[in-house]
Amino acid sequence: MLRVQGLTVKFPSRFGDVTAVEDMAMQIAPGEIHGLVGESGAGKSTVGAAVIGLLQPPGYVAAGSLHLGETDLRTLDRTAAHRMRGKRISMIFQDPQTSLNPLMTIEDQLVETIQTHEDITTSDAQARAVDLLEEMGIRDAAARMQAYPHQFSGGMRQRVVIALALCTNPELIIADEPTTALDVAVQSQVLDLIRRLADVRKVGFMLITHDIGVIAQIADSVTVMRRGKLIENGPTAEVLGRPQHAYTKQLMGAVPPLDRRLDRFPVPEDETSPALGTAARTNKAEDWLLEGVRQNPIGLSLDGITVAFPGTRTSFWHKPAPFVALDDISFEVRPGAVLGVVGESGSGKSTLAKTLTGLLKPTAGTMTLAGADLPGGKARGRHHASRQLIQMVFQDPFSSLNSRHRIGAILSEPLWLYGLVKDAADRRALAKEMLDLVGMAPDAIDKYPHQFSGGQRQRIAVARALLARPKVLICDEPTSALDVSIQAELLNLLKDLQAAFGLTIIFISHNLAVVRQMADEVLVLRNGRVQELGAAEDVYERPSAAYTRELLSLTPVMPAEWAQHVP
Amino acid sequence: MAYFIGKRLIQSVFVMLAVAFLAFSLFRFVGDPITQMTGVETSVADQERLREELGLNDPFALQFMRFTGDMLQGDFGFSYRTRQPVAEMISSRMPATLELGVVALLISLVVGIPAGVYTALRPRGAATQAILMVTLVGVSIPTFVIGIMLIFFFGVQLGWLPTFGRGGTVTIGGWETSFLTVDGWRALILPAITLGVYQLTLTMRLVRAEMMEVMRSDYIRFATARGVPMGRLYFRHALANTMVPVITIIGLQFGGVIAFSIVTESVFQWPGMGLLFLESIRFVDIPVMGVYLVVIAFFFVLVNLIVDLLYVAIDPRLRIKDVS
Repeated sequence: MLRVQGLTVKFPSRFGDVTAVEDMAMQIAPGEIHGLVGESGAGKSTVGAAVIGLLQPPGYVAAGSLHLGETDLRTLDRTAAHRMRGKRISMIFQDPQTSLNPLMTIEDQLVETIQTHEDITTSDAQARAVDLLEEMGIRDAAARMQAYPHQFSGGMRQRVVIALALCTNPELIIADEPTTALDVAVQSQVLDLIRRLADVRKVGFMLITHDIGVIAQIADSVTVMRRGKLIENGPTAEVLGRPQHAYTKQLMGAVPPLDRRLDRFPVPEDETSPALGTAARTNKAEDWLLEGVRQNPIGLSLDGITVAFPGTRTSFWHKPAPFVALDDISFEVRPGAVLGVVGESGSGKSTLAKTLTGLLKPTAGTMTLAGADLPGGKARGRHHASRQLIQMVFQDPFSSLNSRHRIGAILSEPLWLYGLVKDAADRRALAKEMLDLVGMAPDAIDKYPHQFSGGQRQRIAVARALLARPKVLICDEPTSALDVSIQAELLNLLKDLQAAFGLTIIFISHNLAVVRQMADEVLVLRNGRVQELGAAEDVYERPSAAYTRELLSLTPVMPAEWAQHVP
Repeated sequence: MAYFIGKRLIQSVFVMLAVAFLAFSLFRFVGDPITQMTGVETSVADQERLREELGLNDPFALQFMRFTGDMLQGDFGFSYRTRQPVAEMISSRMPATLELGVVALLISLVVGIPAGVYTALRPRGAATQAILMVTLVGVSIPTFVIGIMLIFFFGVQLGWLPTFGRGGTVTIGGWETSFLTVDGWRALILPAITLGVYQLTLTMRLVRAEMMEVMRSDYIRFATARGVPMGRLYFRHALANTMVPVITIIGLQFGGVIAFSIVTESVFQWPGMGLLFLESIRFVDIPVMGVYLVVIAFFFVLVNLIVDLLYVAIDPRLRIKDVS
C-alpha cells in the first residue's frame, strides 16, 4: 500500500543543505503496524511528515519516490495534497493535551473533519461521530462529545485524537509517538486499540517511537533508523530476535530491563564517555566532594506528610473542598540508600519532591533530615542547612538551566551561594574539574546551555547539583526527556556518583524499569497515597499491592528470548 | 460564574472609591474652593458663611462621604467657569467622544485583524513587509502630526472632508449623534482615522505575533493533517485561539482611546469630553476635572469587566461550574 523508496529529505541552511533523511525505504501493507524506531534526531518524524506532505519549511523532498496505492504522492499539487490529508492518510500526534483545539467541542471537531471529506448531512456526521467514539471505548459518547477537550483525561483525549484520525476511513495512519505522553495503563489500552483497528479495519499504521518495548509489543515489522539512514528493517521477530546490525543490538541493550537489575548499562559505541572510577584518575572535584562527605551520609524521614491545595472558589458562601495531593505519607530513607518513587501522573510524585525541597508547605506531618527536624515551605529559612544538603535534578534539561548564563556561571553559583569556595578563580577551576567528573569536556565552561544536547545538559544539571556538596539528591524524572542510550549513560553516571560519594538519592520516575535499575527501596504512589513500600527486589519480584502488580504487568517489555541477544 | 462576576464587581467598587478620593482631593486641596468661587469683593464674613454652608469646615472623612454620596445620586456639583451643573456639561459632551472612540476602534479592528492574519500567514511576502513598514511609520509619528497631515491633504488640498467640528448631528433622547447624517459621517472620518491608527498597528502586530505562535501549535498541525479546509483552519481554529490576548489589549486600549482622545479632539476641534477637559484646565475648573477623572475611570473599569466576561465566552476552559 505505502511504498517509500530512496527517500531523501533536505533542509537548506546557510552552510548548504542538511540531509535529514537519506535513501530511506519502507513498505506498509493494509492492516500492518510498521514500527519506525530510532533516537531523537534520527529522522523518524521527518519520514512521517514527508509522507503526509507536511514537512516543516524550508525542508523538501530531494529524491526518491512515495506511493500510496497507485497515487504518486510527490506529484500532487498543494490542493490535491491537502484534499488527500485526512481522506487517505491521517496522523496521530504525541501529546493529546495539545493536539485538540481547546476552543471547539469534540463534536464540532469530528463533524467538521467528516464533512470536509464527505458530502454528508450534519446529523449523519454526528451519528458517525458517536459510533466512532463508542468504538474507541468512550461510553455515553452522544453526551460526552458535547464537551470540550479539557474536560477529558489524557487517555480519553488520545482516544478522541484517534477517532479524529479515523473518522474518514483513511488507508494509512502515521502515529508519531502516540503513547509517549501517557501512563502505562493508558498506554496499553491505546496500543490495544491500535492493534484492533489494524486487524479489524485493515488500517496501515506507521508507528513512530523511540520505545523498543512498544515495538516489541505490537509492531508487525520494524525499521531501525539512525542519523537519517536506514539501519535495518524486516519483520519484528526477525529484527529484534536476530539483530544483524550492531546499532540495533546497542539500542536494545540500552533499554532497562524490568526483570533484573544491571550494574552498568552497555552504551552505544561512539557515544562513549569516560566512566567514573574506570581509570585511576585524580580529579580535584572528586577529592573535593569526598572531603565534603567524609562524615557519614545522612538519612531522611517523613512522618504523616499531607499536602492539600485549596480548591477553586466558585461561590461566596461555600468553601471549596481542598485537593489532597499527598495523603499521610510516611517513609524513611536510610543514609546512602536510593529510594525509588513510582506512580502515574497525578500520583503526587512531584509534589513529594517539592515538599522535600521546601517549595511546598505540608498541611500536616513532620520531616527530619539526619535526625533533625526539617521545616517545610517558607518556615525553612533561606539559610537553612538543608538548602545546601538537599539538591535537585529536574526532568526537563531544556528549561532547568538558565539559557542566558554560561555554563561556568551556572556551575559556580552553588559554590558562592553556599560560601563553599571564596575565590572566583578557584570556583572556575573546580567547575572545570566537575565537568570532567560528569564526563564533559572542560571547554564547555564558556558555552551556553543551548549549545548542548539534552543528555549533555542533564549532565550539567547533575554537576550543578553536586557542586553544592549535597548529601541528598532528588532526581525528578531525570531521564524521561532523554533517549534510551543517553538515559543509560546518565543512569551509569548516577550509579557511579552514588557509589563513590555515598549520596542518598530519591529517584522519582513513572518508568518502573528505570527505577529498578537504581533503587534499593521502592515507594509506589497512587492518588497521593502509599500503595506499597519495600525493598526493590521484593516489590518487583513479590509485589504485595494489586496496583503494583497491575503496573508491572502493563509495562511493555521485550520478550526474554529477544532480550538475550543483547551484548 | 456569579462568584466570578461578584468578585470583579467588588474589586471595581474599590477602584472607583480610590479614584473618587483622588478627584475629591483635587477639589478640596488644589487651591481654596472658596477663593475660586468668589471674587475679590466678597467680604471675609461672607466667605466664612459660605464655607460653613458648603460644609468645608466639617471633618475630612465626612466631607469625602458627602462627596461620594452626592456623586452616587448623580449630583456632580457645579462648574466654576460656566456655573452649569457638571453632570449636564459632561453628558452633553460624552456622545461625541464615545462615537469617535467607537468608530476609531472599529477601524482598527476591521483593518488590523485581517492585516494581522495576512502578515502572519505570509511572513516573507512583499505586501507583508510593506504593511509592517507603513504601520511602523504610523506609530512613530505623533498623533497630532498625523491629524494635521490628514487635514492638510484631505481637508485643505483636496477639499473632500471637513477639518473641524462634528458636522450635522441629530439628537435622539438627549444623545447627540453624528451617525444619522452624511455630514456627520464626513466629519467623523478624519478624526477617527487619526485616533485609530495607533490601535490599528498594535492590534495588527499582536494578532500577527499570536497567530504565528498558534500556527505552530500541535492542534493546528493536527487539523492540517486531517485536511480541514484552509479557510476554516485560519479563521475558525487559529484566529479564535489568538483572541484572548488580543481582546485584553484592545480593551485596555479602548479605555485609553476614550481617555486620551484629548489630542485628536483638540486638533479637530471635536466637541467631546477631551476638549472640555482642556478648556477646564485652562480655567482651573476643578469640579469638571474631578468628574472627568471619575467618568474616565468608570469607563476603564467597565471595559475591563466586559473583557473579563468575553474571556469566559471565548475560552471554555475558564468556565468554572457553579457549585450547586
